[in-house]
Amino acid sequence: MIGAAYSIPSVLVFVTSAMLILVGAIGVISVKNPVHAALCLIMTLFGVAVAFVAQSADFLAAVQIIVYAGAIVVLFLFVIMFLGVDRREHIHFEPLVGQRAFAAVGVAITVGGLIALMARSHWVSGASSVTTKLSSGGGNVKELGTAVFTTYLFAFEATAALLIIAVVGAVLLARRESATQGEESA
Amino acid sequence: MNVPAAWYLVLAAGLFGIGAFGLLTRRSALIMFMCIELMLNAVNLTFVTFSRTLNDISGQAIVFFVMVVAAAEVTVGLGIVVAVFRRRSSTSVDELSEMKG
Repeated sequence: MIGAAYSIPSVLVFVTSAMLILVGAIGVISVKNPVHAALCLIMTLFGVAVAFVAQSADFLAAVQIIVYAGAIVVLFLFVIMFLGVDRREHIHFEPLVGQRAFAAVGVAITVGGLIALMARSHWVSGASSVTTKLSSGGGNVKELGTAVFTTYLFAFEATAALLIIAVVGAVLLARRESATQGEESA
Repeated sequence: MNVPAAWYLVLAAGLFGIGAFGLLTRRSALIMFMCIELMLNAVNLTFVTFSRTLNDISGQAIVFFVMVVAAAEVTVGLGIVVAVFRRRSSTSVDELSEMKG
């Protein structure tokens, strides 16, 4: 039935990425050990990269693996091990009564409403190819680069400033207290 | 024929929901940051799906910027977690209650 309507490879790729994404995401929110949660997060990020490749976003899939799995998750793991917080959290302890139930209901309403809204409005609507067309096969790094460095040049420069501010802020935040006190007393 | 965009959009909505549920229920600040990453990835997946369906490169350019902002957010967030952990040797957000009236 499905194979008759859609090509089998695309269905297989979708099912693979969906399994990776959902299993990893459920792992992140359900395991007790933060190290295991970070490893489940890598699984989800790989699944999203598979979905990117299936939708002709090859460059973004590579960036997803390099930046997310290669830098952000390593940063998470580094902080977990640096702080030594890899002991288990009491996951069944619930200080606020009914918090899980309220969260589940709120999330169900939000996601259900989102899906119902999209289903009523033909899923994707809008003008086609406003900025630049995706390239027809063979990768779209050139189109993406042109868009980032022309149409979105201001945003690109702003992210450069944002990254510098973030790095300086992180260094200031994570600096040892004794160093600042030493400067003040001197 | 390729898989329709609706499947990917529903998958992204589900991923966003799982991330939101984790953010609302977990107490470790580190796990909450991971849940925010899940939600950002769900939005990225939606952008790429729209980009493919509308045959427009803008969606992918925006995903690029979302990734940069996510990297900056994680850097500052983990800096805050380290600073908080130094003072009270815990990453549980329940214990940060000095501002409670």
